[in-house]
Amino acid sequence: MMGQRLVSSLLSRCLYASHRILNPLTRQERKLGLATRISQRFSTLTAIEDPVTPPVEVKYTKLLINGQFVDAASGKTFPTLDPRTGEVIAHVAEGDSVDIDCAVKAARKAFDEGPWPKMTAYERSRILFKFADLIDEHNDELAALESWDNGKPFEQSAKEEVPLLSRTIRYYAGWADKIHGLIVPGDGAHHVQVLREPIGVAGQIIPWNFPLVMFAWKVGPALACGNTVVLKPAEQTPLTALYAAALLHEAGLPDGVLNVVSGFGPTAGSALAGHMEVDKIAFTGSTGAGKIIQELAAKSNLKSVTLELGGKSPFIVMDDANVDQAVELAHSALFHNQGQCCCAGSRTFVHERVYDEFVEKAKARALKRVVGDPFKQGVEQGPQIDEEQFSKILEYITSGIDSGATLVAGGGRAGNKGFYIQPTVFSDVKDEMTIAQEEIFGPVQTILKFKNLNEVIQRANASPYGLAAGVFTNNLNNANTLMRALRVGTVWINCYNLLDAAIPFGGYKMSGIGREKGMDSLNSYLQVKAVITPLENHAWL
Amino acid sequence: MGSETNGKVQEGFEIPEINIKFTQLFIDGHFVDALSGKTFETRDPRTGEVVARVAEGDKADVDLAVKAARKAFDDGPWPRMSGYQRGRIMMKFADLIDQNIEDLAILDTINAGKLFKIGKLIDIPSASQLLRYYAGAADKIHGETLKLSRELQGYTLKEPIGVVGHIIPWNYPTTMFFFKVSPALAAGCTMVVKPAEQSPLSALYYAHLAKEAGIPDGVLNVVTGFGPTAGSAVASHMDIDKVSFTGSTEVGRLVMEAAARSNLKSVSLELGGKSPLIIFDDADVDMAVNLAQFAIFTNKGEVCVAGSRVYVQEGIYDQFVRKASEAAKNWTVGDPFNPNIHQGPQVDKAQFEKVLKYIEIGKQEGATLLTGGKACGDKGYYVEPTIFTDVKDDMRIVQEEIFGPVMSLMKFKTIEEAIEKANSTKYGLAAGIVTKDLNTMNRVSRSIRAGVIWVNCYFAFDIDCPFGGFKMSGFGKDMGLDALDKYLHSKSVVTPIYNSPWC
Repeated sequence: MMGQRLVSSLLSRCLYASHRILNPLTRQERKLGLATRISQRFSTLTAIEDPVTPPVEVKYTKLLINGQFVDAASGKTFPTLDPRTGEVIAHVAEGDSVDIDCAVKAARKAFDEGPWPKMTAYERSRILFKFADLIDEHNDELAALESWDNGKPFEQSAKEEVPLLSRTIRYYAGWADKIHGLIVPGDGAHHVQVLREPIGVAGQIIPWNFPLVMFAWKVGPALACGNTVVLKPAEQTPLTALYAAALLHEAGLPDGVLNVVSGFGPTAGSALAGHMEVDKIAFTGSTGAGKIIQELAAKSNLKSVTLELGGKSPFIVMDDANVDQAVELAHSALFHNQGQCCCAGSRTFVHERVYDEFVEKAKARALKRVVGDPFKQGVEQGPQIDEEQFSKILEYITSGIDSGATLVAGGGRAGNKGFYIQPTVFSDVKDEMTIAQEEIFGPVQTILKFKNLNEVIQRANASPYGLAAGVFTNNLNNANTLMRALRVGTVWINCYNLLDAAIPFGGYKMSGIGREKGMDSLNSYLQVKAVITPLENHAWL
Repeated sequence: MGSETNGKVQEGFEIPEINIKFTQLFIDGHFVDALSGKTFETRDPRTGEVVARVAEGDKADVDLAVKAARKAFDDGPWPRMSGYQRGRIMMKFADLIDQNIEDLAILDTINAGKLFKIGKLIDIPSASQLLRYYAGAADKIHGETLKLSRELQGYTLKEPIGVVGHIIPWNYPTTMFFFKVSPALAAGCTMVVKPAEQSPLSALYYAHLAKEAGIPDGVLNVVTGFGPTAGSAVASHMDIDKVSFTGSTEVGRLVMEAAARSNLKSVSLELGGKSPLIIFDDADVDMAVNLAQFAIFTNKGEVCVAGSRVYVQEGIYDQFVRKASEAAKNWTVGDPFNPNIHQGPQVDKAQFEKVLKYIEIGKQEGATLLTGGKACGDKGYYVEPTIFTDVKDDMRIVQEEIFGPVMSLMKFKTIEEAIEKANSTKYGLAAGIVTKDLNTMNRVSRSIRAGVIWVNCYFAFDIDCPFGGFKMSGFGKDMGLDALDKYLHSKSVVTPIYNSPWC
């Protein structure tokens, strides 16, 4: 079934890329007639007709296995597309289970025979620190490639995300020589040591919304702990992982320690998750795919699993809030990265006393949002990642209108090529509406009204997800109560999307298992071994 | 001056060019003369000749340095920037050290008689490693959220302690500087360092590199001078929040007294030792002999953790004595610039004379001189590697820290006796065990009251391994994440919490 979906999506992308002969949007556009009209009235679109030529060339399009760039065993490639136009950027080697086998074999050898896990932690840290310096040196190239492949604003890539990559790598480089187990007390005359050993070969599957940041979250801790890795980047955004991996080798990483196999989920991804020689699988992506990963792990060798999945995160604005500030924060909490954030603040709960003012100002802010070519300065929002996401978001917008929510801004596509969508705001949203239940993963803000604290806690928690929450209040008691009551992995109080390297991140409930970043992430990449030996004539216990 | 021998080829090795750049105090980001205008001589222990005159800071200069450090802490960017930013600057500092390894190693050789080759290969690179380790720790200083027993939300904040005074010794001028300075910088403290009067040169060079790396003015100040004037001013200063001292037990006591009498500043002390090395019958004798020699003669015995009491089990004692005597003959003494030499000169005339005096005391007390026992060469402060046998536990050479290349060899029968003898000292800094028996290792390592136990190794220092003494060897740890705690205050914050779904 997954294979079928893959073929159809590939097909549709190819067709779309070539003159839109069978434009799959036609159906959408017909269905969205009303929305399109409204959206034209609200549109603040800047010119996106002539895409800027990205200031970078594509150097790496092959698989990286055992330190070498190689073609896929099958010889196949797949196109990676520019979301601004739907046109092909490059054809990238399409790895499948055969290539995953090769990569795992290389990683296995690099782990079992070394030198990576056998070299000193200080040496490992030096290589990672050097990698971080190389990232900084190639900041703008990486950023351009990231924005080209993903569609996110270049300034965001260059000033936030690539620096976050080197910052996270440095954070874990600093951990490498500080990984401690405990000496624990025995009940009797025993000496007990706890060793924290690298887990082995880690499989890592990363998504397309923050390709480089996700690379850092996964590869940083895995390598610092002495593991070897097979990484599968998303098929939408394979380019920067290959580039970053090349820099890591330039920094002195031994062959086989980090292998990158670009390809698709149902083939390469599932081969990795189901591999008998992979000791750990870490996945970031949708909850649906996360379930498949865990099943594959269970059916194969019971490898340990960490999952960072979807969300429907509440952003709660209390009645004491400065409405202007709350609007701005709620706006960026949702619209950042075209709304393609797992932790997007996608349910904006606003206290009834400030609700009307909030909606009015949220609308004004959305109308001001600058949509356009991500390579143009001042652009806040680029295109969605691909046609599939684009269509899905437009369907959700239709669903919102059909279910009776009030469309106050946006509501349709922006421009007439590429995957741009207008910043969209719904008010009068009810909890049971699909747009308040499901992850849209697009620039669609849904604003809900609440009366009191207990009510909003109950409603915020009434979700299968539990990734993050925003709280906007200066009332200390309300902040403390919400902080503890919300069943989510991150609570941002009077801020949002703060993702420092040292802060653990991950989900409650169906938003995932395990934590990334911070000290906690080390636990995902370390085995714990207890060593017990009797003591004779001990001086103390 | 030392430059007389520059470039001169001696016995097949070359003395590098000696170029002393920094001889003034470093206060608030600038090199300045002492307020008094005074200077003191610093000598090359290879020859006893003066190599430079260095500014002699006293209380007035310490006051200025503390004022700069206070301002840098109270108003400056250092404690206010993120741990990551501090770490980045420290990484730069480490890179600058790596670019100047040769110059720095020369300074420690001509100032402290340390082996030039070891300086280049180990001591100076260890400085950059220490900086990198704590640079990586700067963004990993965690407080904790607490599990309070009532409807309270509580957490701890780990705050930098403030202005720190570091008083460091001459035996490892570089390593000791970074033992102290690196974790204090990572924690966000500002500081005044007083290096030993015997070895002030490399500390001033490090101050220069710190500034070049971007450490803000006033964060790291270096006041060269003497203990009774500059050192005592640091220990008793009312505006210093913490004093960290490495040196002798006698002076450690003075530092602690000064802290008590002034502002009750917190104190950490890394002091003397008389560390036992216990060799059991099951040991490989050749390996044990090498280890024993290494444990006492390294750095001419000027090591606080020197294995100065060697206990050998009776089954292998005679064999051990024979082999130790032979091995000592291969332990070469000479110019520390010579790469084939094991041992350079003692640091200065006073130490040189003190070591020779203890050798006399040993002889008078009735110990048998197995090998060595004399000064060597006709200039400089060189002493032969010396071994005493027939040593009794109550002799002064077993009780007191000699701080020179003098090994005391003793015999023991049982494990119980070895433990008892090993612990019969006022010190508790380190101990070595040589055995292949797991139970012996476990039992002895728990039984000896010392801060570090090396089993089948010695001087196994590691950046991640905390180091510091029991008993009168001091308190507080250098190295490892423990060292950060010395430079941090823990503050608890508690507030009521209402309607919490869990407690």
